[in-house]
Amino acid sequence: MILAVVLKTLFVVVLVVGVFAPLMTWTERKQSALMQDRIGANRADIAGITLIGLLHPLADVIKLLTKEDVVPAGANRVLHTLAPVVAAVPAIAAFAVIPYGGVYTIGASTLSLVAADIDWGLLYVFAIGSLATYGAVIAGWSSNNNWSLLGSVRNTAQMISYEVTMGLSVVGVFMVFGTLKLTDMAVAQDQTLRLFGFVESLGWAQLPAWADHWLRLPAWGIFLQPLAFVMFLTCMLAENKRPPFDLPEAESELVAGYFTEYSGMRFGLFYMAEFIEVVVIAGLITAIFLGGWAVPYLSQDVILHGDLPLIGRSLSGLFGAGAATLLCIGLHVGTFIAKMIAMIWLQMLIRWSLPRFRYDQVMDLCWKVLLPLSLANIFVTAAVMIALGEVA
Amino acid sequence: MVPVEHVIALSALLFAIGVVGAVVRRNLIVILMSIELMLNSVNLAFIAFNRIWSGGEAASRLDGQVFALLVITVAAAEVAVGLAMVIALVRNRDSMNVDDASLLKW
Amino acid sequence: MDFEAVLFYVFALLAVAGALGMVGFVRNVVAGALCLVLTMISLAGIYLLLGAYLVAVVQILVYAGAILVLFLFVIMLLNLRHDDFGARRAGRSVLGAIGASVAVALAVLLAIWSPERLAAPAPLSEGFGGYRDVGLQLFRDYVVPVEVAGLLLLAAIVGAVMLAKKEVD
Repeated sequence: MILAVVLKTLFVVVLVVGVFAPLMTWTERKQSALMQDRIGANRADIAGITLIGLLHPLADVIKLLTKEDVVPAGANRVLHTLAPVVAAVPAIAAFAVIPYGGVYTIGASTLSLVAADIDWGLLYVFAIGSLATYGAVIAGWSSNNNWSLLGSVRNTAQMISYEVTMGLSVVGVFMVFGTLKLTDMAVAQDQTLRLFGFVESLGWAQLPAWADHWLRLPAWGIFLQPLAFVMFLTCMLAENKRPPFDLPEAESELVAGYFTEYSGMRFGLFYMAEFIEVVVIAGLITAIFLGGWAVPYLSQDVILHGDLPLIGRSLSGLFGAGAATLLCIGLHVGTFIAKMIAMIWLQMLIRWSLPRFRYDQVMDLCWKVLLPLSLANIFVTAAVMIALGEVA
Repeated sequence: MVPVEHVIALSALLFAIGVVGAVVRRNLIVILMSIELMLNSVNLAFIAFNRIWSGGEAASRLDGQVFALLVITVAAAEVAVGLAMVIALVRNRDSMNVDDASLLKW
Repeated sequence: MDFEAVLFYVFALLAVAGALGMVGFVRNVVAGALCLVLTMISLAGIYLLLGAYLVAVVQILVYAGAILVLFLFVIMLLNLRHDDFGARRAGRSVLGAIGASVAVALAVLLAIWSPERLAAPAPLSEGFGGYRDVGLQLFRDYVVPVEVAGLLLLAAIVGAVMLAKKEVD
């Protein structure tokens, strides 16, 4: 049991920190280059092979590791060293509850592909996210620099404001799915939209069986709660200080905001923490709103035991139960990673298209637009749920 | 699991440290933080007693935890008002030292 | 000594260390506030061990993630670097030391010499301390205190805004 937890944790950490974070620096450069009609970074090579710039993350890491480790004069040395660690750890820890695969029965035991299957998984993510504030707070204070302090004060206000709206915007999702456990949410999205029996009552039963299955929407969170999806994406972007909310780092205003005085691997840790949080946001949105690991229209039962559409027989019939489960695991994990890549691409798209918000616009957006909208979302969701006859 | 006396001892210890901090330190913000520490120690006592009196199949009452939640709420309200007072005081006296705000002392 | 007991003592040690750090850092208030954060997180860990899952998460979300950030925010905003130099008179530190020793002695005595031990707690029922059970009890038996707490928070918000705003001429 402990071995399974260790293996799952290692898989997540290696995948996120070792594969996704370096790839994201490459994606950032190449996607922005494509969007801005230029080529991007493509010079780093090993013996003349450039690999379209995929070696740049490696070059970046070597550069950051070999830089001089500067602590500014008059700065609090302990806090200055602690800040990047406090920024990076919650980003990686948030990945503990994101399910990258479903629940499978192998022999007598069940395997659920999530590092920590907590009942209140979503609350855990918010708690860890609220701890991530401290990284920027300590960084700004301990640098003994006016620009850092200003960036840090702006950042704190922004992050704690958007935490409130982030929590409220997911209450609608919580009401619809009835659970805070991310694995259960993903399992609940593994089917087509029922809307509490409303769709059946429309009289679609007269259609042939294939239309009844294939012409419905999959029961993803984004179809059940579209407003919550938009609000949650906005709030998570603001939490992560991604553009257009990157006031704390405002490159053109505050030098580099709260990490002005950071160089070398300390800056590398901050940078990596931000990219890992982009991956966390992508993973969260995939798990809550995009159906997680579920392949649309092919629920896990159908893949393992039912008749596949074109092949005509079930996977268990073709390959045997064990190999079928392994194939299913591969399919699910691949689907999850594909959806996550789509969400990462979306965040990069948003980053390079929108101008930066002004500080008062950021606060206005949170308190005057998103907060009332999220409360309205809760009321409307409750009203629709009662009207359609399903009160959990 | 440890005997509950140890948990209560920890709660008493934290409360004592909070009281000492509130009496000895002169910085207004540290006094407020000591009050928060005292509230936390009380929360710990609530939850520990809730565990031993109400856990188990017989009577699954969660009054201690509900009360701990209400204590956290009240602490949040108190911190908001307290810090607003700190800001107002510092703005007027330019010092966070409690000894400098002793005009009403006889 | 099972794993949970070891975890409890580790968290207890961290909590006490954080509390002592908060009271003890005389010149560096920010370090004191961060030590209090350590105490809050250790206490949340102890709540998890005692079966109070929702309260532990709320403790991290609200206490460590919002209230203490507000403390740090105010400290950074006021940005006074030379304000507190501890007890001005030696008498106060002696009083503090005596008080602390008495408290520690009492706590240790309480832990070791209590005449009758309370019974070992029963194993937890399913869903104990989860959000469903706590929520049901909160909104059935304690609905009036919850509403009053809402009003209290509203009063606190209005009060804080009134106290801290600058006079506009």
